[in-house]
Amino acid sequence: MTVDDNSLIIIALLPFLGALVPGVMIRAGRNACAAFTAVPTALALVMLLTKAPGVFAGQVYVAEVDWLPQLGLSAAFFLDGLGFLFASMILGVGLLITLYARFYLSGEDPMGQFYTYLLLFQGAMLGIVLSDNILLLLIFWELTSLSSFLLIGYWKHLPEGRQGARMALAVTGAGGLAMIGGMLILGNIVGSYNLTDILAAGDLIKASDWYLPALILILLGAFTKSAQFPFHFWLPHAMAAPTPVSAYLHSATMVKAGVFLMARMWPALAGTDAWFYIVATIGLITMVTGALIALFKDDLKALLAYSTVSHLGLLTMLLGFGTPMAAVVAVFHIINHLTFKAALFMTAGIVDHEAHTRDIKRLGGLRTLMPITFVIGTLAALSMAGIPLLNGFLSKEMMLEEAAHTTWAGSHLALPVLATVGALLSVAYSFRFVAHVFLGPVREDYPHKPHDPPFGLWAAPALLVGLVVLIGLLPHVVEPLVKTAAGAVTGGELPYFHLKIWHGFTPALFMSVIATVGGLILLMLHVPLDRIWASAPRPEAKVIFDRLIAALVNLSRRISDATHDGAMSRYLAIFVVATTALGYIAWRGAAMPAETRALLPIPPLVFVIWILLMAATASVVLMHRERFRALVVLGVIGLTISVGFVYLSAPDLALTQISVETVTIMLLLLALHYMPKSSPIESSATRRIRDGAIALAAGGGVGALAYAFMLRDTSTISQYHLDNSYEGGGGTNVVNVILVDFRGYDTYGEIIVLGIAGLIIFAIMEALLNGPASRKLRRTDYSADRSRDRHPLMVVIATRVMMPVALMVGAYIFLRGHNQPGGGFVAGLVVSIALLMQYMASGFAWTQDRQRIEYHSLIGWGVVLAGLTGAAAWLYASPFLTSLYGYIEVAPIEKFGIGTAFLFDLGVFLAVLGAVMLMLYSLSRIARYAGETVNTEPMDYDPSDPVQAAEKES
Amino acid sequence: MITAALYFAFACFGLGLLICMWRLLVGPDSADRILALDTMVINVIALLVLYGILEGTAMYFEAALLVAMVGFVSTVAYCRFVLRGDIIE
Repeated sequence: MTVDDNSLIIIALLPFLGALVPGVMIRAGRNACAAFTAVPTALALVMLLTKAPGVFAGQVYVAEVDWLPQLGLSAAFFLDGLGFLFASMILGVGLLITLYARFYLSGEDPMGQFYTYLLLFQGAMLGIVLSDNILLLLIFWELTSLSSFLLIGYWKHLPEGRQGARMALAVTGAGGLAMIGGMLILGNIVGSYNLTDILAAGDLIKASDWYLPALILILLGAFTKSAQFPFHFWLPHAMAAPTPVSAYLHSATMVKAGVFLMARMWPALAGTDAWFYIVATIGLITMVTGALIALFKDDLKALLAYSTVSHLGLLTMLLGFGTPMAAVVAVFHIINHLTFKAALFMTAGIVDHEAHTRDIKRLGGLRTLMPITFVIGTLAALSMAGIPLLNGFLSKEMMLEEAAHTTWAGSHLALPVLATVGALLSVAYSFRFVAHVFLGPVREDYPHKPHDPPFGLWAAPALLVGLVVLIGLLPHVVEPLVKTAAGAVTGGELPYFHLKIWHGFTPALFMSVIATVGGLILLMLHVPLDRIWASAPRPEAKVIFDRLIAALVNLSRRISDATHDGAMSRYLAIFVVATTALGYIAWRGAAMPAETRALLPIPPLVFVIWILLMAATASVVLMHRERFRALVVLGVIGLTISVGFVYLSAPDLALTQISVETVTIMLLLLALHYMPKSSPIESSATRRIRDGAIALAAGGGVGALAYAFMLRDTSTISQYHLDNSYEGGGGTNVVNVILVDFRGYDTYGEIIVLGIAGLIIFAIMEALLNGPASRKLRRTDYSADRSRDRHPLMVVIATRVMMPVALMVGAYIFLRGHNQPGGGFVAGLVVSIALLMQYMASGFAWTQDRQRIEYHSLIGWGVVLAGLTGAAAWLYASPFLTSLYGYIEVAPIEKFGIGTAFLFDLGVFLAVLGAVMLMLYSLSRIARYAGETVNTEPMDYDPSDPVQAAEKES
Repeated sequence: MITAALYFAFACFGLGLLICMWRLLVGPDSADRILALDTMVINVIALLVLYGILEGTAMYFEAALLVAMVGFVSTVAYCRFVLRGDIIE
């Protein structure tokens, strides 16, 4: 029975929304911060609890919003018994942790950050357990990895914290990747990414050939998350986190995510031999190994970490059995483990907080010093050991019962014996927790005199221990919850069962007795055993992990170093050779169509221009080491190309080329001032010959391609533009219409890029001038015989006369742009040249004084104007950048077309002007740092001034 | 008649360009090169105007105008570089 209920989405979103608050509320104090963290959690919990009656009645609440339906991804949530159990655990323990952390964190810890991370993590966990779409589940799964990384590494100043966080992220992240593969396979088998559909298609999945790969990949995800052998090593290292984090992540949430996933996927995947042997065996190994290591750990939190590993193994094993009754026990133990383990972590935190050490060897005798903590810790530890009348006893009995009649590979004894060993070790380390911390004589050498903490710190564990005792004494109170959740796990009928304390003299009882007695004996023998353990060789997981990571880093570094050695010539050579080779192969492979055009006659003057171009190009190649000379020759190349554009009927390009050429030369000259004036020879002769051959082949290839095209008629997009330019764009200058209309979006992007480039140059220059490079610049060497006159009178006058003329030309080119050659881009360049002339002739400071508008804002206004013009098309319900146009006739000037394209072009004009000026401005600012003085007068040398004239004579 | 005159002018300016190129390549010093380039710019302006007359269109006038207006800016920049090292002070 399903019920639509959109409040599920609100529940899932609440922690994320709430995560925005603590960072702000911390300004109002720590109590306010904690309170505002508790609000979204409590609200979500209350909303969840209102669903409880429905869930217990067997209803399933669903809510769905389409996200990317093409990918099968929808924000679908559902709430059934299992989801309810986990969601209430996540939120409930989340509340307790919020309270506990408020008193645990010291004043130096940034509490706002902590609560933000905590809520993010809580939201991610909640998302996992409520997802009804496996793609959505994967997203939340990755989010838990990321947010737990933040939590584990919360104490950024501790190297252990950072390393532990990295390790956890690497291991769980890698598992998550595997799981993505598994989930995609699963979705493919079923044909839907909907979890409900997948759970209903268990038989189909198990019969599929892809079942085993999917199973292994998904289990990799679950095992890494739940710290199953051999991935268990990350969990103890994650203990470097503050204790509230450990208590949350390792009792109720993070590590239970893997268990949750196995339980969730139980109907779809469980019940096969592969499932049983992989899951149950891994679980068993983890349970025994974890418990064994826990017994010999001296760090309280490490002991608890390994005991968590062991209990997660127990849960995994139970789920691996694949029987409904085992699933019931697993669900029951999830609840019990949560209660006593969270309480134990908090107890360990309290001890650490009060005694300033977690080393068991330095503790003992706290019974009288911290009586409240003693009671809480002891009850929780006894429950972990499985002592009657506490809840741990009940689920452990049931686990032993299940193990007792499960055969493993034909052996009736393997499982019961190993399960008993696990239980025995568990008893031993639990007793050790009590005996070595609280019992024994009071010592004098605690790092800090311990006493019971304030109520706020022990309230949360006390409440949990209350639950431990309550469930232990009256197990039937949780029976409905266990039944509902277990029913959701198995997806079918449950066997009849009743949670009770006394089951009679069953095999499980004897196993339990053996475990308890054996555990006690082990504890008494702990001292000699510890000595043996310490001397026994065993692999250190962190060392292996670090070596593995170092080897991987080394490998990838080698690969990238081999392929990216930083030599530009090499990249270019690879690119050019590959492209040329591809072109050659294409030419060889395809038959060329016949030539349809004859070669036009070559007028002698065109031939002369061609000679100039060739001669200039060859001479740049030959003399490029003399940089200034090469620059002068470059001027010829630009000139001939401009002329070529004119001759070949591309006046727009010619205009652009002419102005770009001038700006470029100035830019290069500005830069060259601070660079060596000649390039040294850095490569061998053979290498230069090889590079020359490559360049010739590529250039020849491009030439041949152009030649081949020009002799044949081909259909091009140009014709479309020519046909539609006037009707579609309202202009007869096709080039301009293409720029502002057909490809307006490209232009818009380009002016943004240009603006960004200008700003970046400015920013880099700023950083450069404030950095160590400025010292080098200050030592720039000026030739001794340089001209004394900085601002020759003739140039000053000429440029000032030119200024209004140049601006006029700019305006003219801009206005006619839509129908005749010109436009915003060229006009922007022309105006910037006009301004640059002033900088050059009259000096930087003089010009800058008269420059009222910041170039940065010109860029900004340009882009904004172009963007608004484009967006204005929306008002007419047209797509972005659709142009409208009309004509304007103002008395003295000729009629010109005005349209939204005009405003767009104005935006282009401003952006180009701003960007070009900002670049040149930034470069010329270097001189100021290099020790140049500023002129106060337009001319340094005034011939009419007798004093200066006399100075010059001398 | 005008056509013949135009072709004569084309020949003259073409030759002028070639001679300037020669000066630009052999130097011997920077001033020769810069002057050669500047003269080439002037020649190109002339060629553009002549070409417009030949084709009977005003289309190339803007190009000539622009070359005339900004062509000297590069020359000034080159000269400043030689004289002062820094073109914007």
